Amino acid sequence: MSKEKKVREPMFHIAKRSAIEPWKAWIIRLISIAAALIVCALIIVVLTKENPVQVYASMFKGSFGSPRKIWILLQNIAILLCISLAVTPAFKMKFWNLGAEGQVLIGGLASMTCMFYLGDKMPNFILLLLMFAVSILSGVIWGLIPAYFKSKWNTNESLFTLMMNYIAMQLVSFFIMLWVPNGSNVMGLVNSTTQSGWIPDLFGKKYLFNILLVAVLTAVMYVYLKYSKHGYEISVVGESENTARYVGINVKKVIIRTMALSGAICGLAGFLLVSGTNHTISKNLVNGNGFTAIMVSWLAKFNPVVMIVTSFLIVFLQRGAGEIATTFRLNESVADILTGVIIFFIIGCEFFINYQIKRTSKHKEEK
Amino acid sequence: MSKPAIELKNISKTFGSTVANKNVNLTVERGEILSLLGENGSGKTTLMNMISGIYFPDEGQIFIDGEEVVIRSPKDAFDHKIGMIHQHFKLVDIFTAAENIVLGLKEEGRYNIKKVSARVAEISSKYGFEIDPDKKIYEMSVSEKQTVEIIKVLYRGANLLILDEPTAVLTPQETQKLFAVLRKMKEDGKSIIIITHKLHEVLAISDKVSVLRKGEYIGTVNTKDTNESELTEMMVGKKMSLNIDRTEPVDPVDRIIVKNLDCINREGVKTLDNVSFTARSGEILGIAGIAGSGQKELLEAIAGLQHVESGEIYYNNPKTGNTDNLRDKTPLQIRDLGVRLSFVPEDRLGMGLVGNMDIIDNMMLRSYRKGKSMFLERKAPKDLAENIIEQLEVVTPGPTTPVRRLSGGNVQKVLVGREIAASPTVLMAAYPVRGLDINSSYAIYNLLNEQKKKGVAVIFVGEDLDVLIELCDRIMVIGSGKVTGIVDGRTADKSEIGLLMTKTDGGVVNE
Repeated sequence: MSKEKKVREPMFHIAKRSAIEPWKAWIIRLISIAAALIVCALIIVVLTKENPVQVYASMFKGSFGSPRKIWILLQNIAILLCISLAVTPAFKMKFWNLGAEGQVLIGGLASMTCMFYLGDKMPNFILLLLMFAVSILSGVIWGLIPAYFKSKWNTNESLFTLMMNYIAMQLVSFFIMLWVPNGSNVMGLVNSTTQSGWIPDLFGKKYLFNILLVAVLTAVMYVYLKYSKHGYEISVVGESENTARYVGINVKKVIIRTMALSGAICGLAGFLLVSGTNHTISKNLVNGNGFTAIMVSWLAKFNPVVMIVTSFLIVFLQRGAGEIATTFRLNESVADILTGVIIFFIIGCEFFINYQIKRTSKHKEEK
Repeated sequence: MSKPAIELKNISKTFGSTVANKNVNLTVERGEILSLLGENGSGKTTLMNMISGIYFPDEGQIFIDGEEVVIRSPKDAFDHKIGMIHQHFKLVDIFTAAENIVLGLKEEGRYNIKKVSARVAEISSKYGFEIDPDKKIYEMSVSEKQTVEIIKVLYRGANLLILDEPTAVLTPQETQKLFAVLRKMKEDGKSIIIITHKLHEVLAISDKVSVLRKGEYIGTVNTKDTNESELTEMMVGKKMSLNIDRTEPVDPVDRIIVKNLDCINREGVKTLDNVSFTARSGEILGIAGIAGSGQKELLEAIAGLQHVESGEIYYNNPKTGNTDNLRDKTPLQIRDLGVRLSFVPEDRLGMGLVGNMDIIDNMMLRSYRKGKSMFLERKAPKDLAENIIEQLEVVTPGPTTPVRRLSGGNVQKVLVGREIAASPTVLMAAYPVRGLDINSSYAIYNLLNEQKKKGVAVIFVGEDLDVLIELCDRIMVIGSGKVTGIVDGRTADKSEIGLLMTKTDGGVVNE
């Protein structure tokens, strides 16, 4: 080989970190959030010529501007967290449940059916219990169908659960057409005068029931995954099916049981949405939260307690984005760009926590 | 004196905080065979990967024919006429040998496979290979595939060949053939680096031996001036006795009786064909055979993890005196029968343990069901973990370290420790010392021997015939899913077992 062809050494290379102290990891995360805010500020100045500090302030106001906004923030966190708790056991088992959207929707539809046909026909307390049970049951059924096919014929659960979402949406459309005779296909508040089938206010606070229930659920899920035999089996099946079979775990049974649980909590979320929040139903009841929940769960590395933080972060960004879109009369898309950039930086900084970039040292001088 | 074919000066490479190579120096002359010796994890493969362009060194220089070069990709290595034969073959199964050999090569003129075949035949006859250029890879045995890999680099004009543990997959006879070929290449002026940790092979084939230990260069000696114990000392860093003590079995009783066992895999191929044997208490039964001859299926069938087509697996229960048939039982049903069967599978982190869980949670795998509570009880597993760490000298920061962070030897100690803690009556171990250093290997052999003395029926699947002959009371040889012979470990010799390994028809059982 001739000397001209001689290749130059690379300047930098990437090396995996063996371990990192938690405080260092947190510094990296803080730096990345600061960097995200700087990049967003540039985007704001270039695209809209607004003052970025004001934009950030109004973003903050969107979540904390008034007591009402704080309650809405908490309610949104509760619903997102509830769905995230639902998908977590399935994901921990490496069962890619992309069907939370549909499972929640079908639970909501079940609640609404009870509300529509049985409202005022029985005491409110009994009706609520019935709605609670029926929505959970329908969520379980919606979750069990793909689980059964997976364990029996090893079908692809991602595609299966995704397709089930569309079935649920069309079912909702069908019933709305049935229930709303005027052809507008928009359902108004149901039982708005009697409030039959509505979850009552607790201590005069709307949404408080939802929030408390999800708080309890978070604690229960944390204990279930970490300290129960079921939780242990979920982890083993998720890490290695071969190991699970080797120690005599019935893998099919665990898949079915876990998806029933996942579907049940989704159904519960549907009940909370219909009975506790919206008192109506539409195809967009879940509003993409079934997919956002996946991000919440992953970002928290499947730890239910950390999910409180990650779901807060996502809802905070969503609320803030909505607020700046209205205050500054910006296009919704600008707000979405900003949330996108911030999430990108938060997820991207994990790379720098796991890897480091080193300068390639020069050749040792010849002696 | 001419300039060396390749010379490495002060090569260093680190991955994270692990030092894979530190200031390594190495010289290979033309027409010379160098053995690169070191335990697993000592940095042999990393070093060779830097010569063949897969990794790039952090520091140091490489000289070829006296001229400094920079090797950044396998293509660069190629331009310097360096060819590496990896442990895992990189061949396209549905192509013929000749097609694989020219794959990716830019040759002058039109593609002419006949010309290639002629050239392959020429190379074969020159060095004494036996190969059919038109045979498809999937029809070939492991040793034929290896031959194709070697011809592939020779076809490309390599002058320096690097072989990464070439004998690990070969029978003794095939190894002899390979060595004959390597000697011819050496006469032809090629330089060869052979990575291995089998000492007798080092002594048989090489001119010089370079030793690495924990990434550091220990030294180079001429093969004719050294011996096994000196090399071991260089490799391990201390003097070691390499003897396994073998006691006579004390009143052996038939424990597991396998009769006419057949297994068929998903593709409909018979993986076990009419296998019959008996494993006795207080005895180590070795199983020898080329990798993939049905060892895995046999152990899994006994453990209830493999569907059995026909045949029976009987277990004589020493507690009840009953004989149970384990066929078509799940692992849980087998345990419920009171069968104390422990199994150290080949794939430690993929089957025996969960890599991302800590040692305590891995201890629980076998025992977590105990008790009626729906919650886990972590006290007993924690005590067990601490016991095993202490007694088997597991090197770990603590019992809450994920097992995937441990080195291979320590992972194996955790697994074997857990399986032995269940006080088994049958202990099956598949390749329990694969990837382990000499110290850990002997620690595992001692553990197996202790179990044998306790009256456990031990079934040991191994690959190193020297060890099988030293350790086992009886050795069953299987080839292509059939039992080709059962020999006495005290009288057997290696070539006899080697012949049985390649035999495909069922053999006579002489015990």
